[in-house]
Amino acid sequence: MSVTMAEALNRALHDAMAEDDTVLVFGEDVGQLGGVFRVTDGLTADFGEQRCFDTPLAESGIVGTAVGMAMHGFRPVVEMQFDAFAYPAFEQITSHVAKLRNRTRSCLSLPLVIRIPYGGGIGGVEHHSDSSEAYYVHTPGLTVLVPAGAADAYSMLREAIEMPDPVVFFEPKRRYWAKADVELPLRTEPATRAVVRRPGADVTVIAYGAMVDTALEAAAAGVSEGLDLEVVDLRSLSPFDAETVAESVRRTGRAIVVHEASTFGGFGAEVAARLTEMCFHHLEAPILRVGGLDIPYPPPMLEEYHLPSVDRILDAVDALQWDDGAVTEPARGAAR
Amino acid sequence: MALTTHLAGLLEVVPFGEPACLIAPDGSASKAEGLEMPGDGELIELYRRLVTARRFDRLATTLTRQGRLAVYPSADGQEACQVGAVLALGPQDWMFPTYRETVALVTRGIPAVEALSLLRGDWHCGYDPVKWRTAPQCTPLATQALHAVGLGFAARLKGEVTAVLVFLGDGATSEGDANIAMNFAAVYDVPVVFFIQNNQYAISVPLSKQTRSPTLAHRALGYGIGGYRVDGNDVVAVREMVSQLLDEARNGGGPAVVEAVTYRMEAHTNADDAGRYRPAGEARSWVERDPLARIEAYLTGRGVLDQALRDDIAAAAARFASSVRETLNTDVVPDPASLFDHVYSRPTPLLVAEAALLAEEIGLAGEEAP
Repeated sequence: MSVTMAEALNRALHDAMAEDDTVLVFGEDVGQLGGVFRVTDGLTADFGEQRCFDTPLAESGIVGTAVGMAMHGFRPVVEMQFDAFAYPAFEQITSHVAKLRNRTRSCLSLPLVIRIPYGGGIGGVEHHSDSSEAYYVHTPGLTVLVPAGAADAYSMLREAIEMPDPVVFFEPKRRYWAKADVELPLRTEPATRAVVRRPGADVTVIAYGAMVDTALEAAAAGVSEGLDLEVVDLRSLSPFDAETVAESVRRTGRAIVVHEASTFGGFGAEVAARLTEMCFHHLEAPILRVGGLDIPYPPPMLEEYHLPSVDRILDAVDALQWDDGAVTEPARGAAR
Repeated sequence: MALTTHLAGLLEVVPFGEPACLIAPDGSASKAEGLEMPGDGELIELYRRLVTARRFDRLATTLTRQGRLAVYPSADGQEACQVGAVLALGPQDWMFPTYRETVALVTRGIPAVEALSLLRGDWHCGYDPVKWRTAPQCTPLATQALHAVGLGFAARLKGEVTAVLVFLGDGATSEGDANIAMNFAAVYDVPVVFFIQNNQYAISVPLSKQTRSPTLAHRALGYGIGGYRVDGNDVVAVREMVSQLLDEARNGGGPAVVEAVTYRMEAHTNADDAGRYRPAGEARSWVERDPLARIEAYLTGRGVLDQALRDDIAAAAARFASSVRETLNTDVVPDPASLFDHVYSRPTPLLVAEAALLAEEIGLAGEEAP
């Protein structure tokens, strides 16, 4: 069955609501309209306005209200319309959502999911294309998940809703319409586990969200150049499945971390640091980061220069000191 | 008529006069529309709770000076607000306090040592919020108002007969979350009472620099809900008004905003110096409006509070205070290993590794000790 990621997410919400009366969906335009990306399409019609409803336009209010509802027996799944529009809810997320279990020594837990469509590549005008994951990953108490395709979108959202702890669920919006051949319902690997999407021997390319497909394209393009890239889909940024990734890097001896977010201070820096600590003696080259430029997200006509591309990934592969720093085409082939 | 003239007219027309009061500052009975004076038995109980509250609050300030608490935001002068509002709650209701509501927590029945955990510094919240139907004391201003709305909304969806009381200060009404919460509550018809203690200052900033609204109760009008003013130093009026509004909320009457007009007699906390921003003598004028003195005078005047009963009540409060002092004088040694216990439902590999490192660090430090 061919389904888009948006349809898979919609089905996950639908199935979770059908299975558990305490699951509620609310946010801006999620009711009658079905969400600006149609991820909540039909939920109000199927479950009524008590289970899926529109809120006044205030993101802090959406998340803060969800906290109170989760304190009293519900499992809210709330939508932040776009990445940058989640910032008004930042205080609620960092000071309360992430901390309530801790503050109350587990007397209270918050089973709630904050869905954030994120990232660029859709020609959005400013404030519609941010990759804000690092802010949330840096907050203990939050689980941060990012599916890359339709199957994981379904399975990971179902799992997020079932978790006893709060989840920030990033949806790579440029992949909403990407089709995959999957039979729903299904369950993939546990959401907090990283998964090797393409085995390879030369370099581990670590990616998540929309960049997984870009990394796979780079791997396909690399074949003609004699490169065998392994692609790891992180899926969960926090907790970080260090073991799965380290196992891959120990095998290949080289690694690149790819994300859309600006490189400086990004999640890739954490991955690179951790892998260096864990695999230093297996590394043939420093771990490189391939990210967005360190600029505010550019206007649509310039975003192609900002976003990591197949070329930028392959250029980074070239720079992995294949021959004591000599970065040349023949050197790369000679390395193996 | 010019538009601006129209606005001035509007503000005058809106009927927010003097705060409702049942016992005047001089101890005489007063009339307030819609509020009834309770019977003597209930009044004696309110008096007793107020005496205990003041005793507790002053003890907490003393304990802070002695280094037993990390910090204490005094409720001196505001006891009637906290006692009156809490005693309006039913056992099924929830309340959402701030850091200044330790008196409210103790009035709710929470053991003092658990209520003081935050300010003692051994944990962020020392009591079980579910057991006491009392959220953890909230420090980021007005953020808890949204949680109160969410909980009230949840209760309404479940068909429970539950109301929610949320404490706010005058400064917090400027926060976005306070305004969002009032709006959400109104739109969803949530059974919540926003109880604003207007103690005139947000740390050092007076109310006049906080808002141009003639009163804080005016805010409610913009959300299409009821706004009320009460004399926050009259425990009887506070209890009666909040009781009535909670009752209406429980029965589908929707949310309400109460502005309790009071005064913070002490500085913001023990670490603050009110002399830097408050005119000399200002606090003295509020001594005449003291919440305890007026109910004492009223009950004495009615002949239901004699010296013997007063002594009994004072002695009981002293016994309570001394038991609190005794508990607080016992050193508490929080377990560092517990730092990792409540971050997630199950510790992540990262936390397991850090816990082991910390245990090793502590073990080594122990070995090095003489």
